[in-house]
Amino acid sequence: MILVQNTAFEAGEELSNFCERNSRSGAITSFIGQVRNFLTDKKKASKSVHSLVLEHYSGMTEKELETIEQQALERWPINDILIIHRYGELGPGDPIVFVATAADHRTDAFESCQFLMDWLKTKAPFWKKEITDNGTEWVCAREKDNRLAKRWEKN
Amino acid sequence: MTINILYFAWVKDKVGITEETIVPPQDIRTVLELINWLTERSEGHAAAFAKLDIVRAAIDQKHVSFDAMIRNAKEIAFFPPITGG
Repeated sequence: MILVQNTAFEAGEELSNFCERNSRSGAITSFIGQVRNFLTDKKKASKSVHSLVLEHYSGMTEKELETIEQQALERWPINDILIIHRYGELGPGDPIVFVATAADHRTDAFESCQFLMDWLKTKAPFWKKEITDNGTEWVCAREKDNRLAKRWEKN
Repeated sequence: MTINILYFAWVKDKVGITEETIVPPQDIRTVLELINWLTERSEGHAAAFAKLDIVRAAIDQKHVSFDAMIRNAKEIAFFPPITGG
């Protein structure tokens, strides 16, 4: 299931519900990405972040996430997937993304969860903007994310 | 051929608009040719497309490279590398 939403969510509650409805799966892996309370640019790390605004390409976001979800289901024997991604304005500590996978065994749950995050980071059209004392700044993409995503590409 | 052009994140900030409808000349066939044509439209467009290594494109909501053919595209989007998650 894929949820792209403006409203806040509680990651613990989502995980608890996910475990409950996947009681037949022996392995659950989850990942939470949350808003950190300092700037990603270390040179300006003394400035704290008031909030983070996430912009997205409505329509394409959902399509990309569905493609990524489908890829995971084809590659691993997994029983269920949940992806929640926020957009709009978020505060420090707020969860941005939540990914959970349910499988019979842990390796499939771990690997598919990592795959989903690696591909989501480079394919789902979201952009972060930091709001600080000094104004606003778009977050730069990291080359490392491309390398992490490429390791899952099939030859 | 009418195409809806969308801009996101700082690309949008530089162009100064979120979207526009255009009718490019018929000899424009690829995304790169379209970018070069768009660059002529305003200083904002030129600024947005000044460094092409940090701009990405999508045709009808699918990621494409700049050598992709436009063909019968209805919607083309330009944006920075993705920073979600």
